[in-house]
Amino acid sequence: MFKFRYISVCILLVAAAVGWFVWHQQSAHGQFAFKLGLDLSGGSHLEYIADTSAIKPSQVDDSLAALQTVITRRVDAFGVGEPVIQTEHGGVTGTGDQRLVVELPGVTDVNQAIDTIGKTPSLEFKLVNKGMEASTTMPLTVGSSTITVINQGAFAETGLTGALLSSARVDFSNGSGAAYASQPVVAVTFNPQGTKLFSDITSQNIGRSMAIFLDGTPISIPVIRDAITNGSATISGNFTVESAKELANSLNLGALPVPITLASTQTVGATLGTEAVHAGVRAAVLGLILLSIFLVLWYRLPGLVAVVALSIYVAIMLAIFQLVPVVLTAAGIAGFILSIGLAVDANILIAERMKEEIASGKHGTAAIRDGFARAWTAIRDSNIAHMIAAVVLFALGTSIVKGFALVFGLGVLISFLSAITVSRTFLLALGVDSSKPFGRFLMGSGVGGGVKSS
Amino acid sequence: MNIFSQNFKTLLILPLMLTIAAIAATVMWGLRPGIDVAGGSLLEMNYTAARPTMDQVQTAVAPLNFGEVRIQPTGNNGVLLRLKALSNDEKNSLETALQSIGSSTEVSFNSVGPTIGADILHKGMVAVVIVLLSLIAFIAFAFRSINEPVASWKYGVVAIITLAHDVLVPVGLFAALGHFKDVEIGSLFIVAMLTILGVSINNTIVIFDRVRENLRRSEARKQGNFAEVVGRSVAQTLARSINTSVAVIIVLASLWLVGPVATKDFSLALLTGMIVGTYSSICLASPLIVLWERYTNAGKEETVKKGGKK
Repeated sequence: MFKFRYISVCILLVAAAVGWFVWHQQSAHGQFAFKLGLDLSGGSHLEYIADTSAIKPSQVDDSLAALQTVITRRVDAFGVGEPVIQTEHGGVTGTGDQRLVVELPGVTDVNQAIDTIGKTPSLEFKLVNKGMEASTTMPLTVGSSTITVINQGAFAETGLTGALLSSARVDFSNGSGAAYASQPVVAVTFNPQGTKLFSDITSQNIGRSMAIFLDGTPISIPVIRDAITNGSATISGNFTVESAKELANSLNLGALPVPITLASTQTVGATLGTEAVHAGVRAAVLGLILLSIFLVLWYRLPGLVAVVALSIYVAIMLAIFQLVPVVLTAAGIAGFILSIGLAVDANILIAERMKEEIASGKHGTAAIRDGFARAWTAIRDSNIAHMIAAVVLFALGTSIVKGFALVFGLGVLISFLSAITVSRTFLLALGVDSSKPFGRFLMGSGVGGGVKSS
Repeated sequence: MNIFSQNFKTLLILPLMLTIAAIAATVMWGLRPGIDVAGGSLLEMNYTAARPTMDQVQTAVAPLNFGEVRIQPTGNNGVLLRLKALSNDEKNSLETALQSIGSSTEVSFNSVGPTIGADILHKGMVAVVIVLLSLIAFIAFAFRSINEPVASWKYGVVAIITLAHDVLVPVGLFAALGHFKDVEIGSLFIVAMLTILGVSINNTIVIFDRVRENLRRSEARKQGNFAEVVGRSVAQTLARSINTSVAVIIVLASLWLVGPVATKDFSLALLTGMIVGTYSSICLASPLIVLWERYTNAGKEETVKKGGKK
């Protein structure tokens, strides 16, 4: 008896700590505050279909990865907090379209976003004005923070752009000095017109720096050491093998690695999202209150234990949402509320079984233990059925469906644990003597009845 | 003998009526697909001052030649437009046209291209098939050890028939709602159906689980026939089935009544499925398994009688 009471107190303390953690993180906007999906926070969801028909099957994955990186860079430059950019396979077994999903929380004017995402990358070679090598960037104060921007006045156009390239490939520099051995670089070859222009620029500007701009940002500013007349240039600048490949790809195709078309758009205004959050919380609280009243009134003591186990379940689930983090959507909140109702199921099963054990003559701990043991098969079977549905939904669904399936599946698992361990421990700790009339009343259920003694 | 074992045939009346009604509704009215299944776009605009009339909106939009545009008022000052899928530029022109008759802001915009919609529908159907097959396999496995008087695979089939009914009735309801109230179904409806499959099989499992236990415990054929065992099992599990369902119905009703607008139809679908799932395990699954046993064993008894009588 002591063991169970001790464990029960421990469980209550841990649960209280978890509850406080959840509350504190959310109200203080801590690092683990709830992450809200687009339909709750407002923002845009763009879905593109990527046309991979012109790419060899073995290179499709690489190209899609390159596409994702390019788009990510563009979205980052656009300045969105926590964007989500993913590639997805359409179709049931991944044999349908290749898709690109871009989620921009907080961005409700999609026009600019769509323009930024869809544009062609540009490669430009600009000369650094004499004497301004050290001032290619400058600080700019925006509001109360200072950021570094490019000092456009430090550069002179040359007319040499990526349009004049004929090919680009990844290479590994021999590098002078051990520190630079075998770094990935991008070797480009200009077409005849570009070769001439490049040769002119380099022969006339030996000793000056030339900046290589990609998408408007200088990525490398080498010094021109001598005239280059063969039309080949090497762009080096802290490339990893991946980023070098990606740049070479982009330059070769003269556009995005894979052409994309916008297939679906979804924008949700922020107020709509906030309303949904409030409504969801209202529904959850109302559901919990009504459920608790029902449980206590009908099942009395086991019902009270069920309510406590349920509260612990809710606290644990909320903490998991914060820590993983699980992005909450309206469907996810619905899944959570549903799982609250289902979490009660195991408790009810156990309460009914215990009633039967008591009615058949067992009392006290024996009734509780046997009740749990007998109820186990039914609890296990029903949870397996729930998990089958959750797993299939998760595997086959779109992102909205996945959100629901994840929350639902987690709910099934956690409620399984909480009902079996927490409820059992509490009931054993309380140690109601069901051979006495009051004990029978506490462990009974329904209107006006205790457990009938056999 | 209890009230259940004596009235199995009568119990079947309600499921039968509901199934016929649901099939009739679906065949007559069909389901209204929302844009995330059929493709198309949905634009909601809120007018700052008074809301223009629907005719004004229609006239403002007509010159854009977007084909059929369904317009309805929403909320206090809003308009909801339903039309074909729009590119970004088309959406901008549409908004300009709407703003020309009154200052307004966009509340939400949703456009789904046709391939994406078809994909969702396709995936949904595959998901339903997979879940059904998995559940059949699961039940056949869980009940593999009881082969008398009813073979274990029959429990699986009866459970699936019950599930089909549990899904059919909400579908019929939404066909009716689609016809009378323009309610549309989307990917969330498919999610609701799949969830119902996974959850309402519970009640059926509970009864069959108890039947298994009673058969094992009391050598049922000596203590009354199969019908009596099933009837007893139903009576014993009644409290648990109803209370579990009440618990889920309480939370779903809360979600439907005060929850977010986006999940109202979703919660209604789930709610209907739960209610139906509760009674169907008593009024459909149990009678079916009893009647099946009666059929197969009546056949056996006949041959035994004929063979035995000399």
